[in-house]
Amino acid sequence: MSASAEERNARTPWALTAPALMLFVGVLLIPLAMTVMLSFHDWGQYKGIEPVFILKNWREIATDPYYAEMFGRTFRIAILTTLLTALLGAPEAYILNRMGGRWKSVFLLVILGPLLISVVARTLGWALLFGGNNGLVNKLLMSAGLIRAPIPFMFTETGMVVALAHVMMPFMVLSVWAALQRLDPQIENAALSLGAGPVTIIRRIIMPQIMPGVLSGAIIVFSLSASAFATPAIIGGRRLKVAATLAYDEFLNTLNWPLGAAVATLLLAALVLIVVGSNALIERRYAEVFR
Amino acid sequence: MSRNGPLALIFHTVFVIVMVAPILVVCLVAFTPEGFLSLPTNGFSLRWFRAIANYPEFVHAFWVSLGLGALSSFVALLFAVPAALAIARYRFRGRDALAALFLSPLMIPHVVLGIAFLRFFTSAGLGGSFAALIIAHVIIVFPFALRLTLAAATGMDLSVEMAAVSLGAGGWTLFRRVTLPLILPGVISGWALAFIQSFDDLTMTVFLAAPGTETLPVRMFLYIQDNIDPLVTSVSACVIAITMTALILLDRFYGLDRVLAGKGDTGR
Repeated sequence: MSASAEERNARTPWALTAPALMLFVGVLLIPLAMTVMLSFHDWGQYKGIEPVFILKNWREIATDPYYAEMFGRTFRIAILTTLLTALLGAPEAYILNRMGGRWKSVFLLVILGPLLISVVARTLGWALLFGGNNGLVNKLLMSAGLIRAPIPFMFTETGMVVALAHVMMPFMVLSVWAALQRLDPQIENAALSLGAGPVTIIRRIIMPQIMPGVLSGAIIVFSLSASAFATPAIIGGRRLKVAATLAYDEFLNTLNWPLGAAVATLLLAALVLIVVGSNALIERRYAEVFR
Repeated sequence: MSRNGPLALIFHTVFVIVMVAPILVVCLVAFTPEGFLSLPTNGFSLRWFRAIANYPEFVHAFWVSLGLGALSSFVALLFAVPAALAIARYRFRGRDALAALFLSPLMIPHVVLGIAFLRFFTSAGLGGSFAALIIAHVIIVFPFALRLTLAAATGMDLSVEMAAVSLGAGGWTLFRRVTLPLILPGVISGWALAFIQSFDDLTMTVFLAAPGTETLPVRMFLYIQDNIDPLVTSVSACVIAITMTALILLDRFYGLDRVLAGKGDTGR
């Protein structure tokens, strides 16, 4: 009697997770496997997709400099976006954390809220602000005397980085914010009482402790920026392609699905390698912080 | 009140202005009385909001998005609640792997998911259908539904359940009368966050939507690709208003920082 109850107990978690597991195997793992397979298929303008196993698409990506340039642009934009969010987001999270209760929650809502607002709407906002050479941003920068000639933002990588940094900023603030919550404010006071100045405190006390937060935020921002679609498509226009917009073109305009699948598979593989690799590095380097 | 220096406060002010500016400018331009993109310098007008009614594509896309978000979040919860209970309550072999699998849609770029689903549903004969959109959205909102339900189930007081069991409750009655009411705040917040994710998704949906099943973000994106005029700003302003309402409700009932904590987490 008790043995069967125990047996039933051992089976319960599986019974509870089985529906979700079947869903994920059936509608996530199988489609992903099909995509990887698709990247090895042949395609022709008139014959369509031919289910054979060839390396044509992969060879094309490896040899045609167009793809090297496109992936180079994709990762360059992702790196610059990550740097920008880290440089501005980390100090902001620190300032936010030192604010009083009410202001803190108001500004937290203002800064994190955009995360849930449609990316299309947010990017549209930047397109309006950039708007040609006499857009608001340029007018403001020129009247402030920061620049002499207008900077072209629309259809440039500069514009893509600025708009993407805005879209990704909440992730960085959130990540640093989480690291700051684990920080003991008494350590800062201890350093102060021992005669450390504000610069020393930030450099020697705060920075080392929030670094894991900055780095894990950087991983999130990097992987989301490298696979971003809406912002590069709207700000970059039809000419400046990144991995996601190129894959979209291959699938819905050129209809060369196997090539598009190869681009997507390569993007996924590169991101998984980078994310898993840097996670492992961070955990080893900052093992004591995660404990 | 704050212990921040003047430099820090200047930085903070500029930061907040930059964060709000693009959203604000969209909402302002939406009220322009002119026929072209401009800030409403001489008076506010609702003409571009009224103009939405003349574009049935936008209205239709709005209903598609609303139905898709509500339905896919609900279906995701049907799968996520039992899974969350199992992961929260039991220590079994493969538990960590399962949790990682269920959170993996957060880590896989949506463009890859879009392509995978397009390929899958086209060969299953469901290409461009509403059913395909629902299934695809269930997968992408699942991690959000799971995570908030999981948080509620982990924090639950098990002694209440034991009391119910000792009084003879079991199985379905136990779940419906005791467990579900206790985890309900987490479940509802999970639904709300899942809804917002579904309502806002462009990157994956743009691969799957066909004329007739276009969602609002897809319709807006395709419209912007051709030209940007005040109409799309008034549509965006409506979307922003809807999201803000959901956001404020979520903040009131659950706390925004709790909802968002770990949102971008890569599934560890």
